[in-house]
Amino acid sequence: MIRVDRKVCLRCGGCVAVCPHSALRLTEHGIICDEEKCKDCGICIEFCPVKALESRGDKE
Amino acid sequence: MKDFIDESYDMIVVGAGPAGSAAAMTAAKAGLNVLMVEKRAEIGCPKRCGEGISENGFERMGIKKNEKWLNRKITGTNIYAPNGKSVKVLFDPTTSDNYTGWIIERKMFDKMLADMAAKSGAKILTKTEVVSLLRENEKISGVRLEFNGRQWDVRAKIVIAADGIESRIAREAGLETTSKLSEFISAVQFEMSNIDIDPDSIELYFGNEIAPGGYVWIFPKSEHRANVGIGIRKTMTSKSAIKYLNEFINSRPGLKKGSILEVNAGGVPVGGFLDSMVCDNFIVAGDAAHQVNPIHGGGIVESFLAGRMAAETAAEAIKKGDMSKEALSVYDDRWWKERGKRLKKIQKLREVVEKLSDDDLNFLAEELEGSDIVGFARAEGFGKLAKILMKRPKLILLARKLL
Repeated sequence: MIRVDRKVCLRCGGCVAVCPHSALRLTEHGIICDEEKCKDCGICIEFCPVKALESRGDKE
Repeated sequence: MKDFIDESYDMIVVGAGPAGSAAAMTAAKAGLNVLMVEKRAEIGCPKRCGEGISENGFERMGIKKNEKWLNRKITGTNIYAPNGKSVKVLFDPTTSDNYTGWIIERKMFDKMLADMAAKSGAKILTKTEVVSLLRENEKISGVRLEFNGRQWDVRAKIVIAADGIESRIAREAGLETTSKLSEFISAVQFEMSNIDIDPDSIELYFGNEIAPGGYVWIFPKSEHRANVGIGIRKTMTSKSAIKYLNEFINSRPGLKKGSILEVNAGGVPVGGFLDSMVCDNFIVAGDAAHQVNPIHGGGIVESFLAGRMAAETAAEAIKKGDMSKEALSVYDDRWWKERGKRLKKIQKLREVVEKLSDDDLNFLAEELEGSDIVGFARAEGFGKLAKILMKRPKLILLARKLL
């Protein structure tokens, strides 16, 4: 599961594009992570241009 | 809002960027009943773009230039090697205006395109999100929309997904548009004011310390204002794009003294083109289909051309009453023939450029220092340029792609 720092996130959607599990979604309220689909692979965290994402680590 | 639009349309376009607006205006002009929806509250905002476009691009799109959204005419590019030495690529105004570039105002340009679509007869809604695709007998039959917390269904013969890099709608349709991390550039950009720049040229800064797998760009919007951005490959570094950009700006007094008027970020697809961009009653176009020039990451013209092709295919399919994957694959064939083949070659060129070490880049800049590459090649012949490139193994690879 991903935690999004809303103060940092620019809502660019880059994380949504690289998520291999289609677990992320960009909405009017920012990025939303689908707990069921997220595999905690960390690709979105790696990609984020502004380092707005971190893992909650609950699947490790 | 529900009362404002029909229950069904010939075509629904998802996303009102250049691909979406091109599709909507083309289809509406062909006589189709079109609805275009944009999830953001304002079309063209926030931009995810350096806003550069070539003179030739306007011709190919068939768009008349308008000073309302033209910021700055660009006559050349300065390319900086890691050691600070630079090479010029001068666009030649004496031969043809085709070599000129422009920095535009996307906020106004995108809205103008949507306005053209609306005037052509397309219906457009903003702040309206596609929640999901509708299906009938497993075939896509429309979309579920949400506006102001209220949801309703609208049917369509064909849905065109031009919903940007997230490409969520295409994935829901069953197309494999997810990119590998290696096929995306992580980018961030500041629109800066009160900075010292060359107001007539684009500036590009290369180097593995500056921007691994990419470069820093400065695109002037006025004499003292520019988009200052960076794109990097995240497979080559663990540091974030914004950290690299901050370091670049801090190391240059002419930028450090400036102000930041806007912060943008995004992912730029480089390669990862799709063999098939259609399924029954469905087409994907633009960034969502990774239709971006992989060498400079420019996508305005590519998106527009693809959106237009998608709509032309859709209009023909609807006229014939066959909206199957097979019928729509005309779009795949046409895009690959007219754009894809060329972009694939450019992708290979990018791969070679990315592999150049700082030493290679410094060497190249020293050999050609201060000279204009196009002028150099024209005056001295491509043979002389080739000779310089032949001096280093990795540059031979570059020569093979260039010459």
